[in-house]
Amino acid sequence: MADLVWLIPAFPLAGFLTILLFGRRLGDPKAGYLATAAVFASFAVAAAVYFDLLSRPEAERQTVVTLFSWVPVGTLQVDLAFLADPLSILMCLFITFIAGWIHMFAVGYMHGDAKFSKFFLYMNLFVFAMTILVLGENLLVTFLGWEGVGTCSYLLIAFWHTRESAATAGKKAFVTNRVGDWGVMLAMFLAFSAVGSLSYTVLNEGAETGTLAASTASAIAILLLIGAVGKSAQLPLYLWLPDAMEGPTPVSALIHAATMVTGGVFLLTRINPVIQASYDWVPTTIAWVGGLTALFAATIALAQNDIKKVLAYSTVSQIGYMMLAVGSGAYVAGIFHMVTHAGFKALLFLGAGSVIHGMHEEQDMRRMGALRKFMPITAATFIIGWLAIAGVPPFSGFWSKDEILLYTLADNTPLYIVGIITAVLTAFYMTRQIIMVFFGEARWTSLANADEAPEVAEGEPPVETHNAHGEFKPHESPPIMWIPLVALAGVAMLGGIVNMPKLFGIPSGAAYKLEEWLHPVVEFGEADITGSWADNNKYILVAIAVACALIGIALAWLVYERKRIKPWEPSLFANAWYYDFAVTWFMGNPGREGFQAVADFDATIVDGAVTGTGVAVKATASEVRKGQTGYVRQYAALIGVGVVLLLGWFVVIRGIL
Amino acid sequence: MIAVIEPTWYLLLAAMLFGIGAFGLMVRRNPLIMFMCVELMLNAANLTFVAMATRLNDINGQTAVFFVLVVAAAEVVVGLGILVSILRRRPGATADDLAELKG
Repeated sequence: MADLVWLIPAFPLAGFLTILLFGRRLGDPKAGYLATAAVFASFAVAAAVYFDLLSRPEAERQTVVTLFSWVPVGTLQVDLAFLADPLSILMCLFITFIAGWIHMFAVGYMHGDAKFSKFFLYMNLFVFAMTILVLGENLLVTFLGWEGVGTCSYLLIAFWHTRESAATAGKKAFVTNRVGDWGVMLAMFLAFSAVGSLSYTVLNEGAETGTLAASTASAIAILLLIGAVGKSAQLPLYLWLPDAMEGPTPVSALIHAATMVTGGVFLLTRINPVIQASYDWVPTTIAWVGGLTALFAATIALAQNDIKKVLAYSTVSQIGYMMLAVGSGAYVAGIFHMVTHAGFKALLFLGAGSVIHGMHEEQDMRRMGALRKFMPITAATFIIGWLAIAGVPPFSGFWSKDEILLYTLADNTPLYIVGIITAVLTAFYMTRQIIMVFFGEARWTSLANADEAPEVAEGEPPVETHNAHGEFKPHESPPIMWIPLVALAGVAMLGGIVNMPKLFGIPSGAAYKLEEWLHPVVEFGEADITGSWADNNKYILVAIAVACALIGIALAWLVYERKRIKPWEPSLFANAWYYDFAVTWFMGNPGREGFQAVADFDATIVDGAVTGTGVAVKATASEVRKGQTGYVRQYAALIGVGVVLLLGWFVVIRGIL
Repeated sequence: MIAVIEPTWYLLLAAMLFGIGAFGLMVRRNPLIMFMCVELMLNAANLTFVAMATRLNDINGQTAVFFVLVVAAAEVVVGLGILVSILRRRPGATADDLAELKG
């Protein structure tokens, strides 16, 4: 069954091709159903492969399926091969599962959009590329998927490209990702020169047996970290992710929260032996990048008013946690958080999409409030997502975050404090969002009917203006939109069971399932914290984590619901620490001059050398051609002279005759 | 009995013919005359071939002559054709007038 792993990307590809050819004829909503079915079929295959691997002994849970030889160039032999192992199959399982529900949600959300079938075309292409990314057996196949998801991300952010901001955001995402891709490419070149192969198996084996020098391993790890920072929106390349919210909300849920942005974390986990084999400062750097990003993004999320921007910064922050886990050697915890985060963040984004849909494309939380009465299902599921991300037990986010913090404390105490502060902030801004959207007084009544027209004029997407005239009233979304919400709420609630700790009387047979499953992949890189203070005092850590969550929630409750404390939302946070402005300013002024200088160098020196060669040849030629008089008699004389000279040379100098 | 003429004389004659041909080619401007000069040079070469074939008792020299004759005939056909068509358009043109291909 594991040999059929190629079917996992094949189904979305088939869906993509079908919609490419017949999308217009299928139309709304059949194209959407087809795309959804393709992704769920892919999930079924992933599940079948999972059970096949599960039935084998641990050492044999790895199958390489080679489709064909892709780049046979001398000693560089790259196959288009898939690696079915615990990590890739786990990734496939949650990617296709969540993508399937998001596709289904999108059928309702995109209903009535002029480019309905094109949306699902891109979405299926994305799932195809993402599964290629995680299934790739070597860096080049992964890079194929890596670029594929980047392209789909660009296409989908700029989906409503008639809107200037969406087109710009798409370009920004693409360009920023290119900066990171540069690192991945250099890492590939380096890996090839070091071990002569791009295969993960060879590379990781080299790292495990020590044939890969620590310096080379460090360079590869750092270059891949640059790639991961770009793709996973970490400092300093996180810029593009908040802007990516210009895309349709299902895209934000699927690509910019649940799956693609975790690609960097996945890649670093995939090469965990290389990180282990590199110098000590490499994992420390990764951990600090993650920790600082987590804190930085969480502070920004405190002061955002756009319902999707809060979630976007929250995503950046949560992926920071995953990077922190990777840097602390807690690969299992990082992947665990990736899975639970995919569930609850997809839920939150879809919930936000449902709210936006119900509020007729309103995204500003200051114009919401008291929506729980109008959208009970969305509110209930959103609250579950909120409890999960805030880290309230027994919801999924609590278990994974706790695990990360445990390893962080064992590894690096300052980073643990950063993580704890971030946890408080996370609970705070999510509570703020919940209160602003679902509780408090209804602030949308004032905008009611008067505001409907300018909303559309602002350049919002050409949505169906149902209820555009008449009474403005938020409404619950149709079943095709709330069923995915309920399904994902189930994941957010119960996702933690995949990796329970051995606490609270949880039987040891049910605990650490994910760790067991991923053991063969992360065996070499995973940090061993047995016997450390943190490991012996898990209950204290759990208490601290829960206290943090509750403090954050309580504070936000006092500030925004009871209004006992004045809200503190400094413009520094609202404007994302002016980081974006700084980059824009830099690129606009000194940066631009720098680029201009480079362009001038190209135009004068490089082009000058090329043009100069041409000019010199031309000048020489115009001198030489003067000998070409056109007089036949002169040519004859020259031939005669030439013959005499040749004969003379043969006779006098060579001595022939 | 005819006195046997030394091959050297034939070679001398051939050299003279070749010299006249080459000289004529360079000094005359009439294309037709220049053509004749070229023929003269070719035939000087032919004479050398035949003379040496006799002296060395080697038939290959005579064979070469036939090749030269054939090539010369072909050349004359093409060359005279070109000449006639040129002189039709520009009567009285000399070789120096036909210098449009100069660089």
